[in-house]
Amino acid sequence: MKRDWSLWAGLAVLIFLLPLFVKSPYYFSVLIFIAIYGMIVLGLTMLMGYAGQISLGHAAFFGLGAYFSSILTLYLHLNPWLAMAAGLVGTIVIAFLLGIPTLKLHGHYLAMATLGLGIVLQIIFKEEVKLTGGPTGLTGIPYLKAFGISFSNDRAYYLLCWIFMLVLLGLSINLVHSRTGRALRAISQNQVAAGTLGISVNWLKLMVFALSAGYASIAGSLYAHYLAFVNPSPFGFMVSVKLVAMVVIGGSASLWGALLGTALLVSLPEFLTRLQDYEMVIYGAILILVMVFAPRGLTGIAAKIFDLLRGRTRGENAQAA
Amino acid sequence: MKKLALFTAILVICGLTFASAIAQNKPAKAPYKIGAVIDVTGSASGLGEPEKQTLLMLTDELNAKGGINGHKIEMIIYDNESDPTKAVTKAKKLVSEDKVIAVIGATQSGTTMPIVDIISEAKIPLVSVAASWKIVTNPETKQTRPWVFKTAQSDSLAVSKIYEYLNKNNISKVALITVSNGFGDSGRGELQRLAPSFKITIVADERFGEQDADMTAQLTKIKGTDAQVVICWCIQKGAALVAKNFKDLGMPQKLIMSHGIANQNFLDLAGAAANGIILPAGRLIVAEQLPLTDLQRKGLLDYKSKFEAKFSPAKVSTFGGHAYDAFKILTNALKKAGPEPEKLRAEIEKTKNYAGCGGIFNMSAADHEGLTKDAFVMVQIKDGKWELIN
Amino acid sequence: MEWHSQLIQYLATGITTGAIYALVALGFTIIYNSTEIINFAQGEFVMLGGMIAASLLAMAGMPMWAAIMLAIALATLLGVIFEQLAIRPVKNPSVMNLIIITIGGSILLKGAAMIIWGKDDRPLRSFSSSQPLHIFGAAVTPQSLWVMAGTLVAVILLHFFYEYTITGKALRACAYNKKAARLCGISVERMVLFSFALSAAIGALAGILIAPITFTSYDVGTMLGLKGFCAAIFGGLGSNPGAVLGGLVIGALESLSAGYISSGYKDAVAFLIMLLVLYFRPTGILGKRSEKV
Repeated sequence: MKRDWSLWAGLAVLIFLLPLFVKSPYYFSVLIFIAIYGMIVLGLTMLMGYAGQISLGHAAFFGLGAYFSSILTLYLHLNPWLAMAAGLVGTIVIAFLLGIPTLKLHGHYLAMATLGLGIVLQIIFKEEVKLTGGPTGLTGIPYLKAFGISFSNDRAYYLLCWIFMLVLLGLSINLVHSRTGRALRAISQNQVAAGTLGISVNWLKLMVFALSAGYASIAGSLYAHYLAFVNPSPFGFMVSVKLVAMVVIGGSASLWGALLGTALLVSLPEFLTRLQDYEMVIYGAILILVMVFAPRGLTGIAAKIFDLLRGRTRGENAQAA
Repeated sequence: MKKLALFTAILVICGLTFASAIAQNKPAKAPYKIGAVIDVTGSASGLGEPEKQTLLMLTDELNAKGGINGHKIEMIIYDNESDPTKAVTKAKKLVSEDKVIAVIGATQSGTTMPIVDIISEAKIPLVSVAASWKIVTNPETKQTRPWVFKTAQSDSLAVSKIYEYLNKNNISKVALITVSNGFGDSGRGELQRLAPSFKITIVADERFGEQDADMTAQLTKIKGTDAQVVICWCIQKGAALVAKNFKDLGMPQKLIMSHGIANQNFLDLAGAAANGIILPAGRLIVAEQLPLTDLQRKGLLDYKSKFEAKFSPAKVSTFGGHAYDAFKILTNALKKAGPEPEKLRAEIEKTKNYAGCGGIFNMSAADHEGLTKDAFVMVQIKDGKWELIN
Repeated sequence: MEWHSQLIQYLATGITTGAIYALVALGFTIIYNSTEIINFAQGEFVMLGGMIAASLLAMAGMPMWAAIMLAIALATLLGVIFEQLAIRPVKNPSVMNLIIITIGGSILLKGAAMIIWGKDDRPLRSFSSSQPLHIFGAAVTPQSLWVMAGTLVAVILLHFFYEYTITGKALRACAYNKKAARLCGISVERMVLFSFALSAAIGALAGILIAPITFTSYDVGTMLGLKGFCAAIFGGLGSNPGAVLGGLVIGALESLSAGYISSGYKDAVAFLIMLLVLYFRPTGILGKRSEKV
C-alpha cells in the first residue's frame, strides 16, 4: 500500500513539473489523451483485473459521458461542471440497471453481453439524430471554465485532466487496499467460495461495474469539452477492444498497469507514423504476443525483473501480493 | 608528438572537407512546408487514398518545375485513420512540431470539425476537402470562419441541382434512402430542407447502416409507395448494393444518386445494375464529353491523364479532385502572396475564376467555398460509362 | 406491392443472410465444442474466403469451381497456422487470455488483408446468372438460391461427418469430456487443430457464397463474425442445429424488422436478440440446459 501511495506522489510531482520542460501543444495533447483513455482503462482494470469481470463494451460508457455533457451544455445551457456531474450520475445509473441482468453471466457469455450492449448503445447514438446529431455529430461544445480560467489551451487542459486522473487513481488505490478490494479479489478467484465467506457477490460486482462506467463517463465529458465536437465514431466496438488491449498489455492485476498500457498504446502510433498502414497488423501481433509470452502484461514483466534483481523466487512473490 | 601532429592534421583536413561539403549542399531557399491530415486508412480510406496520391503527385510535379519562386514544397501527410481523436493529435503535430504554413484536410466532415478550431487558433489557413458547410461557417453565429476554406462541393448544391432537374421533368414525389453516416446524414438533411422550396414531396425516408449488406427490405417498403424517383445518398459499396438490389427487385422508379458515386470503383462494383442511374457530378468524370469551350476541360484532361498514368490501374475520382483543387488554390495563392499567414489567407480569399476539378471557384470574404450549383452537371450512366445529359 | 409479396420478399432476403449467419455460427460452434474457445477471428476467415476467391478469379483462365476449391483450401491452411501460432503455445489459458488472443488474431488478419488487397471493395461474379427469379411476387436472385443450397449441403455433410465418421465421433467425444476422450486414445490436440481447420473451411465457404451478393473487402469480417456469434448464442453454444436455427431466425428477424419497424435499427436486432437470450435463457434455444453459464 505504501508503495502505491509513493508511486502516486511521484506521479503527481512529475505531472506538475513536466510543463517546465515541455512546451509543445502537440505533446500536451498526446498526454491529454493518455489521461482521458487512462481513466477509462483504470476503471476497466478494476473491473477486469480485480473483480475478474470482462467488458467488451466500455467505449459506450465513454460515449454516454461525452453525449450527456454535450447535450446538457448545448441544449439546456447547463454549466459544464454540473453537466459532467449529471452525466456521471446518469451513466452510473444506466450501468447499474444494465448490469443487473448482465453480471449474472460469466466468462464468454458476459463478454458477449457487454459487447452487445456496447454495439446497441453506439447504434442509438447514431440513430437518435434529433438528440445526438447522429453521425454528423454535435459542434460548438463550450469549453470548461473555472476560477476565471477557460480551459481552452492545451497546457491548462493537460493539468486539468491529470488532476482528475490523480483523484481517480487515489480513489482506486484506496478501494483496492480496503476490505472491499480484498473482497473483489476473492470474487475474481472463485465466486462461489467468496459467496460462502459472506461477501455479497452480486452487489459488489454491480458496484465495480457501475464505478468503472463512472470513470469512463468522466473521461467522456473531458473528451467532449476538449474536442468541442462529438460524434459516434470514437465509441464503437473497436475502441472497446483497444481499451481491453490497454488493460491487458499493461497488466490487468495492477492499477499502474492501466497507466502503462494506455501510455504505450496511445503514444505508439505517434512514433510509428512511417508505418501507418501497418498499425492494425502490429496491434494484432502485440496482443497475441503479449498473451502468449507475457500474460500478466508489462507490470508482470516488471515484477519478474524486480524479483530477479532481489533474488526472490516466484513462490515468495505470490504470497507478498 | 609526431603522432599528435598527424592526428590533428587529419582532423583539420576532415573538418575542412566536411565544411565545404555542407557549404556546397546548402539549399538555395528553405522549403515551404504544407501539412495534410487525411483519412488514408479506416472507414474513409477509399476517399483518402486518392487524395494522398494526388497531393504527392502534384508536389512532385511542382518541385520538378523548381517549386514556388525557388522554394520547394515539402508535403507532410499524416493519416488520421478516419478517427477524430487522431485527427486532433496529427493537426497539433503539424502546427507545433512541423510548423507548417498551411494545412489541407481532413477527408470527412467528421474528422475535419475537430481540427477547425485548432488550425484557426494557430492562425494558418486550412483548406478542407470535406463537404459540410459547417466547416467554413460557424453554425451558431453563422459567421464565415476566416481561416478555413473548402474545395468539396456542398451537399446543398448537389441537392439543388437534382431538384432543379426533377422540376424540369415534372417530377414531384420522391423516396429517400440514405446511409447512416456523416455523408448520408448531411445529404438527407439537405434533401429534406430544400424539398419545400422546389415543391418536392418526400413520401418515404429509409436509412441503412454503413456495413449493411442488403437493402431489399428498405427498397421493398419504397416499392409500396407512390414515389416517382428514388434518391439514394451513399457512396461506394453501399450505393452499389442499393443499385443491385434496386435492379433485382425490378423497381419501377428511376434511381438518382449523389455526386459521391462519381468514380470508377462504383462502376466496377455495380456492374450492369448501374445502367440508367442519374446523378449530379463534377465535370471530372465526363471531361472528354465537355464542349471545347468549357473552361474546366483542359485542366481536367491534364489531371486525368497524369493521375491515371502514374497510379494505374486506379482511375481519377472526385475525391482526388478535391485534393487537387486544394493544392492548386493554396499554391496559387502562395505564389502571389508568399508564406506569411495573414497575406496567404487574404490571397486565398481572393481566388477568382479558378477552373478546377470541382467547379469554377470564386471566393470572397463571405464565401469560403466559392462554388454554385453549376459546379455540377447532370450525368447518366450508360453501359458502364458516364454520359453527360444536356 | 401486395402485402404477401412484401412478406415473402423480406423472408427471402432474411433467409439468404440468415444462411450466412448460420455458417458463421457453425464455425463458432465447431471450435467451441472441442475447445471451449470462442474464436473471435471466425469472421475474418469468412472475409478471407471471399477475398482469396476474388483474387484467384481475377487471374486469367481460372474457372469458378477451381477458385472456390482453392480459396477454401488456402483459408483452411491459414486456420491451421493460426491455431498453431496463436492458440497452441498458450499455457493454462484463462477465458480472458483466449478472448484477447482471438481478438488479436482477428485484427492481425484484417490488417494483413488491408495491406495485401488494399482498401477497395471487390465484386465477385455470381455462380450462375444474375437474372432474378420471381417467386410469389418476390424477386430472388439465383445467387441467393446458391447460398441456401450451399448452406444446406454443408449442414447435411457436417451431420454425416459427426454421426458416421470416426473423426467426427472423436470430435463429439472431446466436446463431452476431454479427459475421458484422451483416455480413449483420442489425441485432443489433433482434434483442436482439426476443428480450427474445419471451422475456417466453413467460414471461407460462407464468404465465397455471399461475396457475389454483397461484395467483399478487408473489413467485412467483423460484423459478420459478431452477428454469427449472436446466432450461435441464440441457438445455444455447442449445438450445431442451434447454430443453424439461430442464423436463420436472426437473418429473418433482421429483415422483417427493417421492413416493418425501422430500417435504421436493423443492425441492432441481432444484438438485442442475443441480449434477450443471454438474460432469459443463456444456454440458448437448443442448448444443453445443464451447461454452466
